Amino acid sequence: MTGTEGNEETGKTEGPEAARAVPGSVAELVRDAEIVICCGSGGVGKTTTAAVLALQAARDGRRAVVVTIDPARRLADALGLEGIGNTPTPIDGPWPGQLSAVMLDTKSTFDSVVQRYAADDEQAERILANRFYRNISGALSGTQEYMAMEKLYELQADDAFDLVVVDTPPTRHALDFLDAPANLTRFLDHRLYRVLTAPTRGVMKAVNAAAVTFVRSVSKVVGAEVFDDAIAFFQAFEGMEAGFRERAAAVLQLLDDPRTAFVLVASPRRDAVAEARFFADRLEEGAIPVAALVVNRVHPTFGDGDPDTLRARAETFAGTDLGGLYANLADFAAVGRREAGHLAGLAEQVAPAPVARVPFLRSDVHDLDGLTEIAGHLFAPA
Amino acid sequence: MDPERFFTASRVVIVAGKGGVGKTTVTAALARAASRSGLTPLIVELEGKSGMASMFGREPLDYTEVELAGAGGGHGAIRARTLTPDDALLEYLQDTGLKRLSKRLVSSGVIDMVATAIPGIRDIIVLGKVKQIERAMAAGADGSPDLVLIDAPAAGHAITFLRSARGLLDAVRVGPIRSQATDVQEMLTEPASAQVVLVTLPEETPVNELVETAFSLEDEVGVSLGPVVVNGLYPDVAGLDADPEEAAGAAGASLRGGEAGELEAAAAFRRHRIALQEEQVERLAESLPLPQLRLPFLFTSELDPTGLERLADAVLAGVGATPDLDEAEAAP
Repeated sequence: MTGTEGNEETGKTEGPEAARAVPGSVAELVRDAEIVICCGSGGVGKTTTAAVLALQAARDGRRAVVVTIDPARRLADALGLEGIGNTPTPIDGPWPGQLSAVMLDTKSTFDSVVQRYAADDEQAERILANRFYRNISGALSGTQEYMAMEKLYELQADDAFDLVVVDTPPTRHALDFLDAPANLTRFLDHRLYRVLTAPTRGVMKAVNAAAVTFVRSVSKVVGAEVFDDAIAFFQAFEGMEAGFRERAAAVLQLLDDPRTAFVLVASPRRDAVAEARFFADRLEEGAIPVAALVVNRVHPTFGDGDPDTLRARAETFAGTDLGGLYANLADFAAVGRREAGHLAGLAEQVAPAPVARVPFLRSDVHDLDGLTEIAGHLFAPA
Repeated sequence: MDPERFFTASRVVIVAGKGGVGKTTVTAALARAASRSGLTPLIVELEGKSGMASMFGREPLDYTEVELAGAGGGHGAIRARTLTPDDALLEYLQDTGLKRLSKRLVSSGVIDMVATAIPGIRDIIVLGKVKQIERAMAAGADGSPDLVLIDAPAAGHAITFLRSARGLLDAVRVGPIRSQATDVQEMLTEPASAQVVLVTLPEETPVNELVETAFSLEDEVGVSLGPVVVNGLYPDVAGLDADPEEAAGAAGASLRGGEAGELEAAAAFRRHRIALQEEQVERLAESLPLPQLRLPFLFTSELDPTGLERLADAVLAGVGATPDLDEAEAAP
């Protein structure tokens, strides 16, 4: 799976990360990648970044689809759409390629997965009607990550698209979605699950007395009824786990595939940078390089004045308009220095990934013009 | 409004909002303000990985309660701890008489599996632990804090989190989890027990999301809403409208080459953002009839003790400006 990337010819990668090419710029990334996963902590602009990357690919003549998991419809907002659904919605615009958008609906994605793997309609119906299933497939936390990966898999396999850009779920930790396929597999592989799905209850006793103790204990805590629902669910699920397991393995492989590029999105605040560094560490453990770093909401600086000198000037002229003007300039110089300090270490850590800085914009982005303005910063030559 | 009365209106204050709006900072500022009013707040961190402790210059928190700031000079101590689902679950199992089995349940991965299968369980266990703390406070137990401040998960998840009790009440008919869910739901819907403080930035999308979240929380969870906190407002500076050359002339100073342009560009940027922020704050006030606490953007510091004091100043000023609520208004 290595050695097929055009970027390698540019000689930009070397050493242990040669298996996966790191693009020379964000523009190059958008031209060459097949899957882009935007990750980072909440509020750093992942959704908008994902939209801009897909839009730029369409401008480059590619067929791009962007998928968001955002429950607050921010992608629809950013694209100026009233609403987008769980299937790709084409967005018309003056670009040679194609742009589509998907907003992940966790429940209907899960339902369609069940329908796909069920042996027949009757089995699918039994599962869809199960109360336990309805609980886990709905809004409860955890399933969103599974389904985001499922949707990613579905879209990348679709010949209608050259590029899939994914905006990752707003999980407690930015990394949870990476674990989602493995969690599902672990869940299916668990011996208790295997005992529960054994053909008869009799087998349970014979096979594993310890498991029975566990079952009783768990049942005591969560209530027998929940447990009966769970058993009914697992029994209804029988025969489908192989399909699920295969899919989970395929998704994991996809995340590990050199065609998949991880774009780290951050803002220059201490906590967001800490989260981004944590994420970069995790990718590094898997020998996955960061393909690009996008830093949003960077405060503008005005001149290169030293904040302390400016602050001293402000104090000298305190009480006058000039004092106020200096105080303001000193504020921005101080913020600029602080942000540059936070970012320096991060950029170094993800090197040689290209770094794009998007300034704190004067107003909110909710249309294509706004996205175009951001694109101007993202794809500006370094 | 009297700060003490303000801070003890509910025993548990859940600080929630979209990612990146500064929930942790606001939680810390509220704690500092409460402590300066002579109260002893307990900060509860749910995500286990935030800059909370570093704001007080301390090591990261864990499940054991620690003191982030000592009492003295009329200030109450600030205490803090994390409340992670795994630790809370272990404690819950022990309390439910499964002490002997709890280790095996955890090490064998059964707990993990059950929690994966019924994700709301982790949430309800955490909230159950909060309820336990709240009950002890209501009973006036020794060592109880005056108020608990919870640094909640990000907005989308906060709703799921707070709705977990209702969800489990629908799913679970009997057993300890059901009684846990019943108790948690009772706590969340009793204004003296719990309220939610929503945090936003003075920007369009976060304001929209705050308004949506506010209505969802009232409709779907039935929890009372406290004041909303608008975080990150650029403080006004005198002279932003002045022409730099003229201002320099008036002050008897001379400017370096190019300096007038820098001063003017920086002033124009701030003027513009202040105007945008005011628009959003007004829009928020129109959409949501709740008192607002406004916190300044900290240009010169970030998450450090000095900055924290400035935010606490702003909280106390905001509380002072909040009108007293009578009993009728206090109910949602």
